Amino acid sequence: MGISRFVLLVFTISMLASPALSDLVLSKVDRRIYLTSHIVRISSTLEVENAGPETVSKVLLAFPDLQAQNLAYLMASPHEAKAKVKVSVVSFPIDVVKPEDMPPGVTFYSVSLPQGLTVGASFTFDVLAVFTQALRPMPEQIGQADIQLVLYQDSAYYLSPYVVKVQSLSLKVPDSRIESYTTLQSTKVQGSEIKYGPYENLPAFSSSPITVHFENNLPFAIAQELVREIEISHWGNVLVTEHYKLIHGGAQSKGEFSRLEPQARENVQGPSAVRYLVAHLPPRAHSVYYRDAIGNISTSHLRGDSKKTELLIEPRYPMFGGWRTAFTIGYGLPLQDCLYESEGRRFLNITFSSPMIELVIDTLIVKVVLPEGSSDISVAAPFFMKQWQETKISHLDIVGRAVVVLEKTNLVPEHNQYFQVLFCSPCSIEKACTLVLAY
Amino acid sequence: MATMPASASDLLKSFKLKTKQQELLIRVSILCLVYILAFITRLFSVLRYESMIHEFDPYFNYRTTLYLTENGFYDFWNWFDYESWYPLGRIVGGTLYPGLMVTAVLIYRILRFLRFAVHIREVCVLTAPFFASNTTLVAYFFGKEIWDSGAGLVAAILIAVCPGYISRSVAGSYDNEGVAIFALLFTFYVFVKAVNTGSLAWSLASAFGYFYMVSAWGGYVFIINLIPLYVLVLLITGRYSMRLYVAYNCMYILGMLLAMQIRFVGFQHVQSGEHMAAMGVFFLMQVFYFLDWVKHMLSDTKLFQAFLRITVTSAVAVGGIALGLGMVSGYISPWTGRFYSLLDPTYAKDHIPIIASVSEHQPTAWSSFMFDFHILLFLFPAGLYFCFKRLSDATIFIVMYGLTSMYFAGVMVRLILVATPAVCLISAIAVSATVKNLTVLLRSKNKVVQTGSTKGSGGSKSSSKALLDQSQPFQKNGAIALLFGAFYLLSRYATHCTWVTSEAYSSPSIVLAARGAHGNRVIFDDYREAYFWLRQNTPQDAKVMSWWDYGYQITAMGNRTVIVDNNTWNNTHIATVGRAMSSYEDEAIEIIRSLDVDYVLVVFGGVTGYSSDDINKFLWMVRIGGGVFPVIKEPDYLVNGEYRVDKGAAPKMLNCLMYKLCYYRFGEMMTEYGKPPGYDRARGVEIGNKDVKLEHLEEAFTTSNWIVRIYRVKPPNNRW
Repeated sequence: MGISRFVLLVFTISMLASPALSDLVLSKVDRRIYLTSHIVRISSTLEVENAGPETVSKVLLAFPDLQAQNLAYLMASPHEAKAKVKVSVVSFPIDVVKPEDMPPGVTFYSVSLPQGLTVGASFTFDVLAVFTQALRPMPEQIGQADIQLVLYQDSAYYLSPYVVKVQSLSLKVPDSRIESYTTLQSTKVQGSEIKYGPYENLPAFSSSPITVHFENNLPFAIAQELVREIEISHWGNVLVTEHYKLIHGGAQSKGEFSRLEPQARENVQGPSAVRYLVAHLPPRAHSVYYRDAIGNISTSHLRGDSKKTELLIEPRYPMFGGWRTAFTIGYGLPLQDCLYESEGRRFLNITFSSPMIELVIDTLIVKVVLPEGSSDISVAAPFFMKQWQETKISHLDIVGRAVVVLEKTNLVPEHNQYFQVLFCSPCSIEKACTLVLAY
Repeated sequence: MATMPASASDLLKSFKLKTKQQELLIRVSILCLVYILAFITRLFSVLRYESMIHEFDPYFNYRTTLYLTENGFYDFWNWFDYESWYPLGRIVGGTLYPGLMVTAVLIYRILRFLRFAVHIREVCVLTAPFFASNTTLVAYFFGKEIWDSGAGLVAAILIAVCPGYISRSVAGSYDNEGVAIFALLFTFYVFVKAVNTGSLAWSLASAFGYFYMVSAWGGYVFIINLIPLYVLVLLITGRYSMRLYVAYNCMYILGMLLAMQIRFVGFQHVQSGEHMAAMGVFFLMQVFYFLDWVKHMLSDTKLFQAFLRITVTSAVAVGGIALGLGMVSGYISPWTGRFYSLLDPTYAKDHIPIIASVSEHQPTAWSSFMFDFHILLFLFPAGLYFCFKRLSDATIFIVMYGLTSMYFAGVMVRLILVATPAVCLISAIAVSATVKNLTVLLRSKNKVVQTGSTKGSGGSKSSSKALLDQSQPFQKNGAIALLFGAFYLLSRYATHCTWVTSEAYSSPSIVLAARGAHGNRVIFDDYREAYFWLRQNTPQDAKVMSWWDYGYQITAMGNRTVIVDNNTWNNTHIATVGRAMSSYEDEAIEIIRSLDVDYVLVVFGGVTGYSSDDINKFLWMVRIGGGVFPVIKEPDYLVNGEYRVDKGAAPKMLNCLMYKLCYYRFGEMMTEYGKPPGYDRARGVEIGNKDVKLEHLEEAFTTSNWIVRIYRVKPPNNRW
């Protein structure tokens, strides 16, 4: 049913397509879709050319609604030859817009270019779009020993309100085992890569549905809810506590469980099960613990060097499709690594999201517990989120500590960026220290 | 300049304490150290494992405490727990001793009020060590009351590390006994104090101590029988006094009224056979003192004799008739099985298999006496000797407490706990008296030596001192040797206690630890793995059937409904589960469906060699099941009078549900190098039925070391 809806939608779009915004022309579109984990990343390089009479400063990106629902992260940045270098990427502001005279079923995002595109000029930039839940397990239920096959649907043509002159598409799947894929003209398969294109001179809103059915045994770890509590103590510690509610979001497990096979043949059986999770904690993280509602979980390993601390945790049991677990990890960070002072105000500079790699988070609640008596609190974050304040009474508090609560849904590892909480502290650390020394 | 040192020395002089103050200081500091020692020696379990609740019953206590913190006292009092004993449920508020939970919550509230943001689990884990520390203080005062402060100090030290007490009060052992021993000793101490002083205030305190004990543990029956017995002995030996009258009457009346406030106890004090002794002694005492008063008033002996005869006859007749009527009409319930099994150790074995099946209800082996008491076992008779030598109301009490509790300790392993304070106190008297005698001997000799040297052979010495002088060198050496011997023994005791605490009594029994092939520590966390799996991956209302041992843990950690649990109040229900486990699968599935069971959980040690698993407990399932349902016959499972699982096992054994669930697919498993597949390491045999097929159940989960196996009950097949 999903397939037919998608196809129908794409066809409707192509029917309704009318060359409305023709001022801009995409002279070259190069799309790479990474299907190597359960998070789908589409990295596109767009070369946009101004063919109209006026200077243009905004470019529209279009996604079908079905995809836009699952869009977790969207970033546009100037094109760089070496895609690997991620340092100091200046991203362009992106807004959701609803232009007039556009076909329904499409969501538009408007990218503001750094400077206006003069007549005849061209500009190249990269767009990274990250989707969750874009892969559908097919079959939906598998036995414990079966491999997991998933389905991915997209359009072979780049959906755009502009005319696209030259375009190409490549899909990267984790393994060379591809069950089936849509064959169009000029389709090539090279190992674990499927290539479509190049296609030339396609009108606006042209699309051609493609479906790829392939093996993906990477664990589909989804945190349905993650509550992070960051507690600042002026005694020299920042305590981070993370409560996870995890589910394996891949193909549902069916039939009988067996402990015999995974023990007899370690790597063959239960290939899609979540056996462990890796978290990259900040360097100098200390006092790490890993427990759940009924006590410590003894299966974890901690490795550390000067760059990072790597924590490998195993759930109490291997998680097969649809299985759940819940646990808490916590660690302390030295205060001087996270807390800075500027213009008489303190600010906490710490990463926003989970340190787990390749983890999708449905709902993230971040609680920043400030020292008692903090005032003049404000938050600087790289993206929009719900925000409110609470009070928490902790050790030896009289009136309770101010807590800044931030909530955001549908997060991917790309959201793990630094954010700042600024506050005025009632007394400086030096004062507190002298006070303690005096006693 | 010259005055400075003088003033400094004055200052020093003013700090210098008198001997009595010095003694007080030393005593207080020793007590403080003992207090801390008693607490930290019980933290081995936290250091070795983690801050967690231990064993079986503490999980129920923890769950109820959690409920109490979350819902408040009235909801707790009225709690109907539908998550256990499905489909019957359990009225929790009316079937538990709330003292422990209320205490823990009170500590928790106080700490919260003082702004210590502790979790209730930490409070529960540390409740028992905290109360053990308090017990040492009570032991000190008790020892001081019955002997002297030296004996009190020794008693405090002995009880602080005594393994018999530590076994039930390590951190995490969140059980009724943890606070109850404190309450027990406190009640006894205050009662003895009341008898010694005749003070109404002390007897009031003992009534409240008794109330706390009743609220905390079923062992209060020991108090309500021991104290009347003691009173009776005092009456018979002619040691009665007004002090005793005040102490007992106040304690009994108020204690009884207060105890009735506990719902689980209710009107038992006037209705049950176990409490009748106290009431009988109460009435006897009234008659006795009335007669005493009459005797005092009447000068004519003959008249009094006649009066005595009439009064005693009528009192005995009235008492006998009342008791008889009460028993016949059912108003007074007869003694319970548990009480009988205490008086007659063989009773439970013949009549109540469910009591006999519990390992802590077994008669005590000699080795466990040695293990739990060590040198106290030898000091105990010595202490009794000293007590008899200096007989007083207080020493009579401790002697009676020691002898009766020793008897009960011999009947049941778990009652070593009750005997421990008495043994510690009596041993402390022995140690203290011996050491005191020896040191007095040493010191007096020194004095004699000094006086002898200064005064020479002055004729003012009495002949006895001259005698002492003569035997002086031998006695002195002997005393020194004996002192060293005593200290050596005490140091052995300390090492033994520490060793026992760290090796034997600090295991939570949820997490199992073993030594690996390379001497490293291997942890089997299978129980929690399974319970957490249940909690996360089964429907919220799933019903789990297992043997009753795991009931409390499944409800507390797995948060799922169980059929039977460790509160063994309904024998028939447990027998039904036992019957299901010991029937063939197609018969068992009828019982399982009738109980609306979704999952069946078994514990299996064949892979790891864990011996307290369900196959080894299977005989009790058969016996308890067979006790109610005669279709289960024990001989069907036996071959030459023993349970076997190998090829020589009885056919019914090889095909019963428990066997199938434990050994499902085990026949394909290699457990040990050089042994055939399906080699059961717990029993050291190759299993007899390797081709186990299940028809109505399917494997849902097995933990990493196979210790817990969970099966899902398949829905019935469609008929067409």
